[in-house]
Formats: sequence, structure tokens, C-alpha cells
Amino acid sequence: MTMLLDLQHISGGYDQTSIVKDVAFTLQEGEWLSLLGANGSGKSTLLKLISRMLPLQAGTILLDGKAIQQQSTQTVAQQMAVLPQHQTLPAGLTVHQLVCLGRTPYQSWWQWSLTPADHEHIKRALAQTGMLSFRNRPLENLSGGERQRAFLALALAQNPKVLLLDEPTTFLDLHHQLELLELLKSLNQDRGLTILTVLHDVNLAVRYSARLALLKQGQLFDLGPPQQVLTPHNLAQVFGITAALMDSPVGLQICAIRAADTPVPSTVPSHD
Amino acid sequence: MQRASWMGLLSAGLVITILLSLGQGSVDLSLQEVWQALGHQGPELNQTILWDLRLPRIAAALLVGSALGMSGALLQGMLRNGLADPFILGISAGAGLVAIALLTLNIFLSWLPVAAWVGAVLTSALVYRLGHTANGIAVERLVLGGVAVSSLLGAVQTTLLLLSDDGRIQAALNWLIGSLNGRGWTEVVNAGPYIGGALIAGCLLSRNINILNLGDELAVGLGVSLTRSRLLIGGVATLLAASAVSMAGLIGFVGLVVPHGVRLLVGTDYRWVVPLSALGGAWVLILADLLARLGSVELPVGAVTALLGSPLFIWLLYRRMSPLGV
Repeated sequence: MTMLLDLQHISGGYDQTSIVKDVAFTLQEGEWLSLLGANGSGKSTLLKLISRMLPLQAGTILLDGKAIQQQSTQTVAQQMAVLPQHQTLPAGLTVHQLVCLGRTPYQSWWQWSLTPADHEHIKRALAQTGMLSFRNRPLENLSGGERQRAFLALALAQNPKVLLLDEPTTFLDLHHQLELLELLKSLNQDRGLTILTVLHDVNLAVRYSARLALLKQGQLFDLGPPQQVLTPHNLAQVFGITAALMDSPVGLQICAIRAADTPVPSTVPSHD
Repeated sequence: MQRASWMGLLSAGLVITILLSLGQGSVDLSLQEVWQALGHQGPELNQTILWDLRLPRIAAALLVGSALGMSGALLQGMLRNGLADPFILGISAGAGLVAIALLTLNIFLSWLPVAAWVGAVLTSALVYRLGHTANGIAVERLVLGGVAVSSLLGAVQTTLLLLSDDGRIQAALNWLIGSLNGRGWTEVVNAGPYIGGALIAGCLLSRNINILNLGDELAVGLGVSLTRSRLLIGGVATLLAASAVSMAGLIGFVGLVVPHGVRLLVGTDYRWVVPLSALGGAWVLILADLLARLGSVELPVGAVTALLGSPLFIWLLYRRMSPLGV
């Protein structure tokens, strides 16, 4: 396996303050890594540093062996796609028009029409996300789950090697959360798409990721396969919770969570 | 209706209005006389009226109108703000202050167009400097910077106006409302190349606006540099608006309302909105100038654009809202 993304001791944040401090890890091609951490631990900031939304204060990020900062933003976009947490919907834009914009990284400023190869990629992206029959629908008429799939199709049309996702399941109900993650899983396993995602739900992260990265106060706290990283000690340190872990058919799952600083009730209600 | 048919309709309207405009004025010419004079035939007087008075004025209206229309479309798209107009980045305040200073002090009047242009460009450069943060150019800061600088320069301008003689105030007001009266080939030839070049650049940048409208994070993910795009789009819009102002003063309304009208017709794809706004701006201004010249007293074209444009815009707005639609 080759190393696709290599974060070499990166720091960054807004203006002068560093929110992410000295984080280093690598991502193998075809891997699924999820970033976990409490609110304000720097997960989203880390993703924004990798996606070039924020400038690095220190360190280097290598994409396929080359420093991201030294490549044109267009070249990087041919290898790395982003699915942000919040999307703005231009009025009247249809799914097909949106997905066509995914070919932007391959077009020069004077080239306006799509080549047959472009259309091939667009069609494949629509098919992979099950959006072919929705392609002429305006985005604002879609449900949350469909809309998220449309934006995923936009990212896939870029034909990226790695996909960055910032809490892709936030606005979805349980059914659509699983639907989206299953879709990503099939892209990860069948197409070899490398996935780096911020996830809120620890149980879902365990179920789908090959490795977890735990962040605490902007630093990498632990990194490894779920069985290794997900310990009561780590959960207490990172999330401030006391939790029991249970082995289930889909891997380790958290149950019986309690915030660590809530006092233990003196009288436990009795169950007859 | 299809976008291409709107483009055809607007172009046809523009050509018809230009033809009407060539014939109408204090001396009315028939279509045949216009045709003769265009070919340098027929009465000498008709040739002079057409070639030295009407044609340059229509050319000026064409340039100013298309510049204002496109400038407004570019800025509304880039700033994602429907209330943006060509003057939001401080262009009117910068050009206005310089122009009013020259007019009220009665100095360097022949340099007024150039000076107004310089004032406009310098002011937007200052506003861009204010909008720049460590993470690039922030849209909110750009808009707020424009408002703050405009108020400051506007206050100085008002003070200058209050302190000057009545006669000078009249000339200054005329400039502030905007007029195409007496514009000749010199102005057209001076500003034409800038506006022409910027119109082409604006069309080429329109695809970037579509991508910027998906939000900052997606735009960067798609390989678009936010700072570079915002500098280029704002720069082209400034060049267009400053050149328009240096030719005709502060003609309002066109740059604000024409892009809205175009979006109501063709949707939010800026590859269509930007060129059609130029076409629409040109048409509205030539029509407004024609109407301004029809009465016994010539009105400033800036006043007519608002008188004519507001009802048209309200009609467009309500046509969209009506349950039947079109």
C-alpha cells in the first residue's frame, strides 16, 4: 500500500492562534480514517488545514509525495475532493448542473464545454450515488439525504483519490445516516477511494473506519484501529465520559454513557 | 423561455432602440435620412447631427450601460449580496469626492474624467485592503469596508458642496445624477478600450462566480483560489464602474436592478447572467437616454433610469410571483 496523505507535524488555526498543534499521521491509499474528539478539539480545523481552507502555521502536508502548498490548487483538486458540513444552494441549480461543476479542476479558464470524458465521469458519479433519476431536479427540492448524495456526486465527479468529509451525517436521520455511510463504504471498498472524515457518532465511526484518530485540545491523543483506541480510559480523557464498551457484531460499541463530572446519584432507583 | 431566446430578444430590442435613438432628437430624422447620413450622403447638417452628436452619444450610452450592468452582476455574484451595486466598493464615493472637489473649486475641469477614474480605483483599492485578512479576502469585511469608506468620503463631499457657490452646486449636482449630454468621440475612444477589455474579462470570470456561489469550502475543494478570484472579479468590476463613472457621472439604478431583472429571466447561472446584464444595461441606458432627450427640457439620464427602471423591475418581480407564471 502506498502512502497517500502525510501530515508532517502540522499546526494551524485562525489568525495567530493555533487550534491544531503539531499533528502528525499518515493515510494509506484505500484507507478509511475517522477523526474523533470533543467539540472544540480541532477536528474540523484539521480538515480545513488539509483542504487548504486555512493556511498552515507550521509543518507540511504531502499529497501523493508532493507538498500541497507547492502545487496549484487546481492540481490538488484533481486528487482531493471535499464535502463540507454546510452547503449553500444556488437557486434553481439542478443536480446535473451541480455535478458538472465537479469537472472544474480539469478545465482551463478558456475551456467552457465538457469533453466526452467529462460526461463519462459525471454520469458515473451520478450512477454511483443513485442520483441518475434525480439529475434534472433542482437541489432545493431534494430531501436532506438526497442533497447530501448530490454533493457526494459532485465530489466523485472530480475523480479524486482521497475524499475529505466534515460530519457528513449531521443533518440526516438514522436511516439516511446509515445509507450515506454504506454508500461511502462501497466506494471505499469497491473503488479504493481513500476517506478521511470527521464523525460525531463514535459508534458509527467504529463500525465503518479502519482506523480512528482521537483529538484532544488540538493534539493527536491516540491513533489506531478501533479495538485498540476505544478504551474506557481514552473515552474518559477525550470526551470526559465514563462508558462501558460492548463487543457487538459490528465491532466495539459504547453503551451506558455517563458524563464523568456528573455526581453519582446517592440512591439508585430500584427496578422491580 | 430559453436563455438563448432572451439573448436574442434583448439584442433585437437593443438594435431597434439604437435605430429609434438615431432618428429622434431636436431634429427628427426618418429612417431613410438616417441611412443616407450613415453613408455620408444627403444634407450636410444631417450627417453632422448623426456622426458628431448622436452616434458618439449612443456609443457612450452603450459603453456606460453595459459596463454598469456587468459590473453590478459581477459584484452581486461575488459578494453573494443582492443589494450590491457597482458602487458598493466605494467607487461612487471616491469618484464623487474628486469630481465634486474639482467642480466646486473650479480647477482642472478638463481632467475631471481621468481624476474621477483615479479616485474610484484608489478608493476600491483601499476598501480591498480593509477587506483583506490573514485568511484572504473576507466578503463581509469588504462590504462593511465599502460602506464605512463611502460614508467618510460622502461626508467630505457634502461639506464641499455646502461651502460652494450656487452655480457650482448646479454643475456638481448634474454630475452626481449622471448625464450623457455632449459626450463625443473623445470620451468614447478614451474609455472604450478599457471597457471593451473588461467586458471580455468579465465574461471569462463568470464561470468562477458559479463556483464561488457553492460556498468557500467547496470552491477551494474544486480548485478555485478564493483570493485570486475575488481580486480579479472585483478588479474587473471596479474597472468597468470607474470607466462608466468617468464618462457619465454617477448613473444609479442600472447596475443594481438590471442584474436582478436578468436573474429573474434566466436564473442564477452567471455564465448567462453576466453577459446578459451587459446587454440589458446597454439597452436600458440607451432607452433612458432616448426618453431623456424627447421632452422639451432634457432630463439627466440618471433620473430617467430610475423613473423607467423601477416600474419595469416591479413588473418583473410580480410576474415571477404570480401563480400562473409565464
